Amino acid sequence: MAAPPQRPKVDMRTSLAGFELPNPVLTASGCAASGRELDQFFGVAELGAVVTKSIMSRPRSGRPTPRMAETPSGMLNSIGLQGPGIDSFLANDLPWLRAHGARVVVSIAGGHTDEFVSLAKRLYHHGIDMIEVNISCPNVENRGQVFACDAIAAARVISAVRRAANPNVPVFAKLSPDVTDIGYIARAVTDAGADGISLINTLLGMVIDVDAMRPALGGVTGGLSGPAIRPVAVRCVWQVHKSVPHLPLLGMGGIKTGADALQFVFAGASAVSVGTAVFHDPSAPVRVLAELENELARRGFGSFREAIGFAHRSPAEQAEFFARRSVEVSA
Amino acid sequence: MTETRDGAHPVVHEMGEIFDITRFGEYTQFTVVAPGVARAFRPGQFVAVAVGGPDTAMLLRRSFALYGVKPGTEFAGTIQFVVAVRGAGTGWLVNQKTGARLDLVGPLGTPFPLPREAVPVVLVGGGYGTAPLIPLAELLIAMGCEVEMIVGAGTARKLFGEMQAKRLIGKVTVTTDDGSAGQRGRVTDPMPSAIDRLGAQIVYGCGPMPMLRAVGDVARAHAIPAQVAVEEAMACGIGVCMTCVLPVRGADGVSRFVRSCVEGPVFEAGRVRWADVGTLPADLFGADAMGGR
Repeated sequence: MAAPPQRPKVDMRTSLAGFELPNPVLTASGCAASGRELDQFFGVAELGAVVTKSIMSRPRSGRPTPRMAETPSGMLNSIGLQGPGIDSFLANDLPWLRAHGARVVVSIAGGHTDEFVSLAKRLYHHGIDMIEVNISCPNVENRGQVFACDAIAAARVISAVRRAANPNVPVFAKLSPDVTDIGYIARAVTDAGADGISLINTLLGMVIDVDAMRPALGGVTGGLSGPAIRPVAVRCVWQVHKSVPHLPLLGMGGIKTGADALQFVFAGASAVSVGTAVFHDPSAPVRVLAELENELARRGFGSFREAIGFAHRSPAEQAEFFARRSVEVSA
Repeated sequence: MTETRDGAHPVVHEMGEIFDITRFGEYTQFTVVAPGVARAFRPGQFVAVAVGGPDTAMLLRRSFALYGVKPGTEFAGTIQFVVAVRGAGTGWLVNQKTGARLDLVGPLGTPFPLPREAVPVVLVGGGYGTAPLIPLAELLIAMGCEVEMIVGAGTARKLFGEMQAKRLIGKVTVTTDDGSAGQRGRVTDPMPSAIDRLGAQIVYGCGPMPMLRAVGDVARAHAIPAQVAVEEAMACGIGVCMTCVLPVRGADGVSRFVRSCVEGPVFEAGRVRWADVGTLPADLFGADAMGGR
């Protein structure tokens, strides 16, 4: 081999349980509203998909302010799922996303199983690409509502949503890292019919304002996000991939760069969401996508799919993969 | 460096070069070469500045009201903003040197609405809240409005923009709570006589929230509107995070939590439910859905 072969362009296509995406970078629920604001910085159609802020049945005010506290390499939020409700979403936001060519993952949230079911039914005929079931938002009045902390409650919601939703639309369960054994919860929602798993939601946290001598957030506790939680998120993706290896995973938690995203992919994620990084860099999702493609090319991957779960392979298997690839490339 | 693709308020993300840093009392004034932000600016809008450098642990941008914007040509546009040190992020910012580059997103937010025709107006600035009122005054004067300005602060070192305002308007009333500059008292104290003297039709204000509430009260007592720019903690500044909300009464009479970064920072003072900031009023749109079930 005289000259090194020209670096091939990486095939970035991926799929999430039958939902085909041109690339594996999505927004994260609650960090992109319904896409409109980010369209000032890049075309929403350039992303794998837009994941909407969690939609609920009724308009919801959210919690009182202050709703945010900056923390080391992260932030704590207690928004409390402020949103206009499903009617307004279907009338205003979904048509806008469609008109702008975005693939749409609708995040749904509910106070009880019936609310999730009615949301899945409302979305049935709207031709959305995927449903992400937010059973893990920590900003609810009653921590008992965090379905994802209880295997039976989580399974009940997912099974009901799977039965109610359009069978052509994949249903992903969004899990919380605040559990003893996330692999166990993952198996429970898989048995209940989840087509895939999104992970992780924020970690429950708290900041106390030492001058005011009171909790810094109006909602007292909040959800921790940003690079501070990335190692927890990568660990969860790794464990869940081991627990349910056949299930596609949408990984998220503190992704700021393409190399960060690659950790999730190597751990087993078929796609990633970029969330809090958007608050720092509104163009973060498209930048992460470009960086991820470079990182893959630099390591000799010809396609994104080859890299999914790659860190689970033994060193010998990895060496064999690259040996075979170099033969293919030079052939 | 992503440029906006369309829209009525084009927002840009660009690296600006610090052209000048000047200290005014407790404040640090930055002049930054940022043609993209400068080009689309209108008074009342702000810029969101990344702090701490590329590997920072401080994720959130700091937002500052814009003033002294010189659109210039494509390559010479400058912006100015004023920084008061509040914590580690603003501390990093004021230690930057001329020539350093800042990561900027702007101009952001809804600008001050302008009167349809030339009418007398009173401008009221508290602390560095005077900053966005300077370009507003310029615009109003250019429209032919008669402008009077009141500039106040707790103490002389916390005054800002007195000189700039004097240069622009000639007559500026200064107040300090402790009497260390101008007349002793609140910035709202000279408002009634100024409004009466001018026959003012609109009041514009910017400053801390209790002051804005008081400005609104004085305006209401004179049966004229007050347009005020608020300063609220923001995470994103671009409307996606929902942290900077305020309870605001809409034209339909219904109160909602609205974003001070997009629907604001300028609000009609009479629509903001100042007394309810930091609470969840039971009659707020969607509050009924918050009950713990």
